[in-house]
Amino acid sequence: MPPHEISLDGVHPSHERVGHAPDLPGSRPLRVGIGGPVGSGKTTLVGALCTLLRDRYSLVVVTNDIFTSEDAQALKAAAVLPVERITAVETGCCPHTAIRDDIAANLDAVEQTEALHDPVDLTLIESGGDNLTAIFSKGLVDVQIFVLDTAGGDDVPRKGGPGISHADLLIINKVDLAPYVGADVERMVSDAIARRTGPVLGLSLCTPEGATDVASWLIQRLSEWQAGQPISATQAR
Amino acid sequence: MSTLPALLLLADGRFPAGGYANSAGAESAMQCGEIVDVVSMERYLRGRLWTSGLTDASFAARACAGVTSGDPELRDLLDLLDIEYDARTASLRLRMVSRQLGRQLCRSALAVWPHQALQEAAGYSGGCHQAVVLGLATAAAGGTPPDAAVLVLHHLSGAVATAAVRMLGLDPLTASATQARVARDFEVVLADAERWATDDPGDLPARTGTMAEVLAEDHGRWDARLFVA
Repeated sequence: MPPHEISLDGVHPSHERVGHAPDLPGSRPLRVGIGGPVGSGKTTLVGALCTLLRDRYSLVVVTNDIFTSEDAQALKAAAVLPVERITAVETGCCPHTAIRDDIAANLDAVEQTEALHDPVDLTLIESGGDNLTAIFSKGLVDVQIFVLDTAGGDDVPRKGGPGISHADLLIINKVDLAPYVGADVERMVSDAIARRTGPVLGLSLCTPEGATDVASWLIQRLSEWQAGQPISATQAR
Repeated sequence: MSTLPALLLLADGRFPAGGYANSAGAESAMQCGEIVDVVSMERYLRGRLWTSGLTDASFAARACAGVTSGDPELRDLLDLLDIEYDARTASLRLRMVSRQLGRQLCRSALAVWPHQALQEAAGYSGGCHQAVVLGLATAAAGGTPPDAAVLVLHHLSGAVATAAVRMLGLDPLTASATQARVARDFEVVLADAERWATDDPGDLPARTGTMAEVLAEDHGRWDARLFVA
């Protein structure tokens, strides 16, 4: 008997647990979460990745913009993907809830969109702009990318939070703005590295090519997934 | 063993079935000035509860009874409830959203209470309506048809009040007090639910709110929505 006479007799061994069993690598499209604060460049990154990857892979996008379907409209207007491959999900004023605590609406949208365009290689799920504590549930995505804005304050990586420490890839975007806002990009990157074990990329998305390193990183993850291997996600490039 | 802990889980607004993003028409009602404060919120809430809310409650109770009474033809009952619910919901948008919320609830409830009835609903093409799934989930959690009916009203009340608090910045304490006061009237459905449990699906209440239907259709056409309905 453990301390305090708390019986553990009823505890299910993990292999006997009922509920939502995780999907095996390669058994469905790779689902990638893209999160980060408002205005950090999530939509631009999604657009750039679509532009770089659409000729090689079958892609769909589920977007969670909080206030409008603006993100979806922006993607549609940029014609990065056919409109029917982009789905918008309403998040009831709580963008973090939709990707973390209650993923039901996103999961439903993801499955419906994937089924409609079967076969799909890659599903990008863009969160609404949120705070530093937002993180994607493992029940919703296999891999997640967190995007910070150089102009959003160079002390942000030092503040940390689950998005910064746990995302598989951390991006510090708009590094081209650093001289104009007095931001120290090198310090942002080193602060970020100190807070996490995964890779950090500083980049600028003025053109889709700015996301080339992200695309390469994602292709590696996709290859692992499609080969039925667990995602390693430790090195950029 | 008491079924209360399981039912509380199903009643919790944090139960992960996507309910937090449903305002039950309140977002649209706020946009057109129908809800501007706690008083107008209560008026809207009472209007919804005793029209479409009552219809939903009856469908949930009937679906629940199909399981608790061990109806061997559950699939046929689901088909009937589906047709009858569609017939009571003029707005295509509301029917779509109801099925979407039903799919979401079904997935979550099935993961928590792996019951044959929910399995049946999960395989339903396009998904069952939310009220029907809530009835099945209530039964799977060990509840009764009256429990299912009250749960429908409870979630409707929560959807409207929470949306109004988030969108208008209403005092959450006053909003909760309003919910509690409105909930005193839920008792009347307890007796009704016993009757609905054995009713032919075609005889279930057919109340609807024209305003709710019109607002839902309008809401579905917005470019900028925070709530699914």
